[in-house]
Amino acid sequence: MSGTSDYEINKPFLKTLSAYDWIFAALVMAGSFYAWNGYASFMDVYDVGILFGTGISMVALGWYWKQSRTMMLSVAAISIYAVTQYEPAVMALKAEGMDGRQAIAALSDWQNKEQGKFIFKYFLSSATAVGWMCFLFGLATVTYFFNLFVKSEFPGQVATKMTWFAVAMGLVGLLVRWRESYLIHFDVGHIPVSNLYEVFVLFSIITALIYLFYEMRYKTRALGGFVLLVISAAVAFLLWYKFDKNADEIAPLVPALKSYWMKIHVPANFIGYGCFALSAMVGVVFLLRNNAPEGGFAARILPPLDMLDDIMYKSIALGFAWFTIATVLGALWAAEAWGGYWSWDPKETWALIVWLNYAAWLHMRLTKGWRGAPMAWWSIIGLFITLFAFLGVNMFLSGLHSYGEL
Amino acid sequence: MNTQVKKTRQYSFANILVEFLGSMNLAITVLVGIAFASTIGTVLQQNQPYQDYLIKFGPFWHDIFISMGLYDIYGVWWFVALLFFLLLSTSVCVIRNAPRMLRDMRNFRANAGRNSLRAFHNNAQWQIQSDRDGLIKNITSHLQDEGYQIRSKDHEDHTMIAAMRGGVNRMGYIFTHLAIVVVCVGSVIMYNMPLKYAIFSGDVKIETDNTLPASKVSAQSILKSDNPSYRGSVSISEGQNANIVFLNVEDGFLIQELPFDIELKDFRIEHYDSGQPKSFESDLVIHDDELDEPLAATISVNHPLIYKGNAIYQASFNDGGSKLSLRAWPLNDPKLKTLDIEGSIFGNVDVKVDDTPYTIELIDFRKFNINPIESEGASKKFKNFGPNFTFKLRDSQGQAREYENYMSPIEQEGRLFMLSGVRSSVAEPFRYLYIPADTQGSVKRFMDFIAAMQDKQNVHKVVSQTVEDMLAGLTSEKRLEISGGMNNTTRNLVELFATGGMTALNEHIQKNIPVDQQQKATATYFDILRKTLGNLYLGILEQEGINISEGVSKSDSDFFDDALTVFGNINAYGAPFYLEMKDFEHIQASGLQIARAPGKEIIVFGCVMLIIGIFIMFYIQQRRCWVWVGNKSESGVEIIFAGSCNRNERDFAQDFTKLKQRLAHRLGLGEDNGNH
Repeated sequence: MSGTSDYEINKPFLKTLSAYDWIFAALVMAGSFYAWNGYASFMDVYDVGILFGTGISMVALGWYWKQSRTMMLSVAAISIYAVTQYEPAVMALKAEGMDGRQAIAALSDWQNKEQGKFIFKYFLSSATAVGWMCFLFGLATVTYFFNLFVKSEFPGQVATKMTWFAVAMGLVGLLVRWRESYLIHFDVGHIPVSNLYEVFVLFSIITALIYLFYEMRYKTRALGGFVLLVISAAVAFLLWYKFDKNADEIAPLVPALKSYWMKIHVPANFIGYGCFALSAMVGVVFLLRNNAPEGGFAARILPPLDMLDDIMYKSIALGFAWFTIATVLGALWAAEAWGGYWSWDPKETWALIVWLNYAAWLHMRLTKGWRGAPMAWWSIIGLFITLFAFLGVNMFLSGLHSYGEL
Repeated sequence: MNTQVKKTRQYSFANILVEFLGSMNLAITVLVGIAFASTIGTVLQQNQPYQDYLIKFGPFWHDIFISMGLYDIYGVWWFVALLFFLLLSTSVCVIRNAPRMLRDMRNFRANAGRNSLRAFHNNAQWQIQSDRDGLIKNITSHLQDEGYQIRSKDHEDHTMIAAMRGGVNRMGYIFTHLAIVVVCVGSVIMYNMPLKYAIFSGDVKIETDNTLPASKVSAQSILKSDNPSYRGSVSISEGQNANIVFLNVEDGFLIQELPFDIELKDFRIEHYDSGQPKSFESDLVIHDDELDEPLAATISVNHPLIYKGNAIYQASFNDGGSKLSLRAWPLNDPKLKTLDIEGSIFGNVDVKVDDTPYTIELIDFRKFNINPIESEGASKKFKNFGPNFTFKLRDSQGQAREYENYMSPIEQEGRLFMLSGVRSSVAEPFRYLYIPADTQGSVKRFMDFIAAMQDKQNVHKVVSQTVEDMLAGLTSEKRLEISGGMNNTTRNLVELFATGGMTALNEHIQKNIPVDQQQKATATYFDILRKTLGNLYLGILEQEGINISEGVSKSDSDFFDDALTVFGNINAYGAPFYLEMKDFEHIQASGLQIARAPGKEIIVFGCVMLIIGIFIMFYIQQRRCWVWVGNKSESGVEIIFAGSCNRNERDFAQDFTKLKQRLAHRLGLGEDNGNH
């Protein structure tokens, strides 16, 4: 976004790209072509569109947000390594008579002292990668809060790095899980966004990414602890869910979910949820700062109110835009699967209510100029409405969306 | 700055109405109403049979809910009215504001005055010693490089350069709100107002008898194939045809004729190893006079067939009239005369048991039954229990009980049982009888046992034998004294137990034994009963050819205990026989949903417009700046540079500072040249 000197007008965007940018783009597109080449026979035209669309989006994201390039390339490298090491080991065990599920469990079970290669057991099987993600998020939360109380910038820098690593580990976890599902059995394989456990991992990753973006944009780490609180809550839930209900077991898809729509509808929704969660936490900080005595401790360490207000607005706007996309995609999917765009199913209806809620929030801000504490409160309440639409509907109400039951 | 004078408005009714309809407050109120009503519809299950609601809420609340229309809240008149008001409100809003927005996109506000510009939050004032025309050219080209469009106007004492970029932002507003109108219009078209009106006015009558077969429905409840939009479902059995669908409307249905005929050639369901359904698909053939030859196609979930604007979806599946071979085992016949019956699902079979007529109504057959079983640890394990069938047994009074019988034995605690569930009403869950299965996995030994219990002669013999064994330790005189009475009592007990189970036994004790002796009597009676039945059982084992000289094996002994448990409960079973499924021929039916939705393209268009509009509104900002260039004077040319943005002032302030610096640099100004 900036030219080479303060006085030069923005150069045409493409001219601002560095060699790294171009290498990055080349690698991403090469990867997309490689995948297409290898798996085209299993993909329909929409899957192919999504594959290349993802590649192009990754390039766009990497060019716009430079820090994300290294993360994306690292995740790709680690995941590819894990998969290439995994495959022969699993095949060998299958040849010995184990079925797919047992083989994967044997290799990734870090409680099992004998079997399993070190690298999977302790780092790269999807279960352990997700475990590292959880651990790092928890640690980052604490470190971010610690950073508020010390003068040095170092803890904050460490916290930021931890968050990046957590995101990377989470993505590795999901990608390896994707491969694991196919290693269990071809019929079982699917993109890991199909049940509550998987989407909680996705939620943690996306929310953290959105946070890291705003951290860079606004050059403040003061919000890290607060936003990561929500992520830590999500992490705590998914750990309980895994250990208490074995929810991380990879199960085959019910027929209605076998569609390319799942690859776009679900992630789009979670960009929305992540933005709304972040905005709610920023709202919390806003209220803390608002009620803090002038010149006091809180007033010194927390960002100024107008910045907080701005972040709340920007994240709700972004979330609202993506949530709209997600809801439209859901309606289009419903039309293809069930023959109707909108059947007032509880999940659909609550999605509408969430949408209306944030549309109202934006209207009040943009049209009536509302600012300040009421909007912060509203943002926090919005999170609860979103939570109900996300979880409550599945848990307490019945309907077509009961795939995500506890 | 708007310096136009507002025309005095005439407050006519039309004006007030339009003001009201286009007001934000109405829109918010309507939206809150919609949100609230929608929430109710998620908590209160919609479109269930009215019977279910009546049972659940009781008559008082049920009547209130019906009158408020809560059971079909998304179709009730006041909800539709809310949606209509939303449509109206948004339309009025767009109509009123769009012209202004469009004008605003093209209006550069070149009439801004010097003083007002100086008062802007984002401004700069410079005095530049330079050629005026050159300055103007420089400024203009710089702003254009920055992406602005320019309108210049020369006046007597100054030149105004008005610049704008991102004017398309205003289109964002128009797009988003117009999109809502478009989606609503599309929904109304899909929603089929003419049909709603026809129902309301009585031209079309809703058929409320849900058990009525299609052939008997009156013509007033049948819609012709020229109906432009509908969504209905139909279940077609393998090998059958259908040319209608059923539309669920309120508490009944309508029949919609299709302009073609659908034949189901085959239905397939594939399962995962765990037994969960993996995919299901139907091979269809469309017969239409307009076709040269019938159209064959396969549909599956997520892959519908679109024919002549009708979308045919694979929605569900159920039984299509499977043929069953059954065997009825009598529970009260000492001769155990079984009856073989052939029937098919959806059909009835009349039988006579001891000259009492019964009707067996065969309701459903399911080939796979994946049920959760007791799990070790935390994971829920599922097991396929195999095929089962459901039927109602109706007596001559018209009273019925529903049964669910499995075909194969299920293992529990290491033993095999044949499950037979019974319930007296749909609202209850099934209660299961666990009939122990013999070594062949069948109910034969159990049935032999029951029959033996009712064979009076055999019982007489076994009772005598048992009593004799029990009294063996006593003197012969004592034996003579007691044995007669004991024989009678024991025979009586066996008969009571055989016909009425534990309930009959307890009743007998309570009626005939003094209270303080009841506990002891129960224990004694049960002991004798158990010994007698045990001997009876041994007789059966011998009949099967099992060697009992060394004692009875654990599995055979477990069988006895399990059988006693069943006998104890069998009076609650309520049927004179147990119906065993010996064989089946599975005929499936495919559940199709067929929809004609003419508003589809409109809705998709509206959604795309909405998304584009949102992104434009948020991410393309309309920015304006003005450069007021005064006439050349001694101190140079006075330049006032100001800027504003219609949205994000915070970001714009930063950007304006940078813009100011770049412009200043371009004009050759140093750090100190009058930058304010």
